[in-house]
Amino acid sequence: MSVLSETIDWFSRSSTWSGNDGIPHRLVEHLGYTALTVGIAAVVAVPLGLYIGHTGRLRGLAVAFTGAVRALPTLGLLTWFALLVGLGLTAPITALVLLAVPPLLAGVYSGVESVDQRTVDAARAQGMTEIQILTRVEVPLGLSIILGGLRSATLQVVATATVGAFIGLGGLGRYIIDGQRSSDYPQMLGGSLVVVVLALLLDGAWAIAQSLTSGRHTRVLV
Amino acid sequence: MSLKKIGALAAVATLGLGLAACGGDPTEGDAAASDTIVVGSADFPENEIIAEIYAQALEAKGIKVEKKLRIGAREAYIPALEKGEIDLLPEYSGNLLAYFDKDTTATSTEQVDDALDDALPSKLEVLDAAPAEDKDSLNVTKKFSTDNGVTSIADLSKVKDLKLAANPEFKTRNYGIPGLEKVYGIKDVDFTAISDGGGPNTLKALLEGKVDVANIYSTTPSIKANDLVTLEDPENLIAAQNVIPVINKKKASDKVEDVLDAVSEKLTTEDLLDLNGQNQGDDKVAPATLAKQWLEDKGLV
Repeated sequence: MSVLSETIDWFSRSSTWSGNDGIPHRLVEHLGYTALTVGIAAVVAVPLGLYIGHTGRLRGLAVAFTGAVRALPTLGLLTWFALLVGLGLTAPITALVLLAVPPLLAGVYSGVESVDQRTVDAARAQGMTEIQILTRVEVPLGLSIILGGLRSATLQVVATATVGAFIGLGGLGRYIIDGQRSSDYPQMLGGSLVVVVLALLLDGAWAIAQSLTSGRHTRVLV
Repeated sequence: MSLKKIGALAAVATLGLGLAACGGDPTEGDAAASDTIVVGSADFPENEIIAEIYAQALEAKGIKVEKKLRIGAREAYIPALEKGEIDLLPEYSGNLLAYFDKDTTATSTEQVDDALDDALPSKLEVLDAAPAEDKDSLNVTKKFSTDNGVTSIADLSKVKDLKLAANPEFKTRNYGIPGLEKVYGIKDVDFTAISDGGGPNTLKALLEGKVDVANIYSTTPSIKANDLVTLEDPENLIAAQNVIPVINKKKASDKVEDVLDAVSEKLTTEDLLDLNGQNQGDDKVAPATLAKQWLEDKGLV
């Protein structure tokens, strides 16, 4: 039997769909890690990105920082953090947050910066405070690009969260790591396909959110 | 160029190469000259050290040796052995057997050695196994051992909510979770898969008490360094992995066998722990140097 037909076989087994090793449980775990990571990354990156985008300060630093962090290999960071803090959620989530912050930060400040400077000046001339300009003009007008940052961060995290399985975490990475170590390639391919489908679905959801916030819809939100 | 000419040229070339390659036996084919032994090794330090020991011991007795070390995994070097590209390599008995006989049930040293003789392809043979073993071993901290009265895997059945860390494959292999239940009646193990082969992350989980038991290869220096207790395995759940020379039959002359048997007789698990410790410790002593030292210490050169 080819790996492909064995993979179809793997998907059709009832054991693949039930219990702690079943796809539903692993999928929920995986979504949990992804949500937690993107959530923490947003808490860090969104305020910082708004500040950079609105004031233009620290921009050079942010560009250099995000560029450097993007170059760090997540698997290496993960192993290192696990050696520092031990097993559990902290090490993998920290490593993944470092992966998610650069695209998110870039999305937020680019979104705010993308707003036409004349529009911002007009708002200021009308007597809006800086906070009002940010929340009522810059964020709504740049929302599509800001969501683009969230979209790209989510996509990277959902695909990379599989490395958590390397140090004992659950999630869909279990199929890939376990399958490889026990030469169970159908399980490995099956797990990868679930990750791919999940990534495409999440990306699609963000794409819809983005299209809803661009163009004429923007006015509704303002 | 006409076909005839190509054919003639090929014939001449083959003849020339054949004459150049073998001084004696024309059936040797593409193997190295018949009096040279090509020593290979797997791609990890311990195996390289043992291969160096074999090579230097043979050289000391005037046997011509060529080294092709760090070849890779079993899937790469066993075919090379069968083709005659290498002649001799240090192996681990249980894993070697499992490579040729996936359904084997042999686990004790004697069973494995017997089964190996039948399982090996006709071109290859194994010589005497050394007492030294490098295999999966279940370890606990000294404190856990004393507190729970655990010195053997069998004792683990009385520990409640047992937490165990090992490589992911431990979950499905015969010697892993299924074997713990079948052979020792240990059920409901909370299993954590850590993919570092009993390396630093596994060790940390054990030392911090995140897990009670950790699977660490028996010749890993960290076992000694952290005073861990390696659990006995009275039912031979984990197959024996004695270090054993596997050799091309054509190259296994009496003289070669005598040299390697003398090496195997002296090589112990303690030695491997010590050699690995020196190789991976702060000094990072090179395999060739370690091999030379060991042979001198044992009076073999």
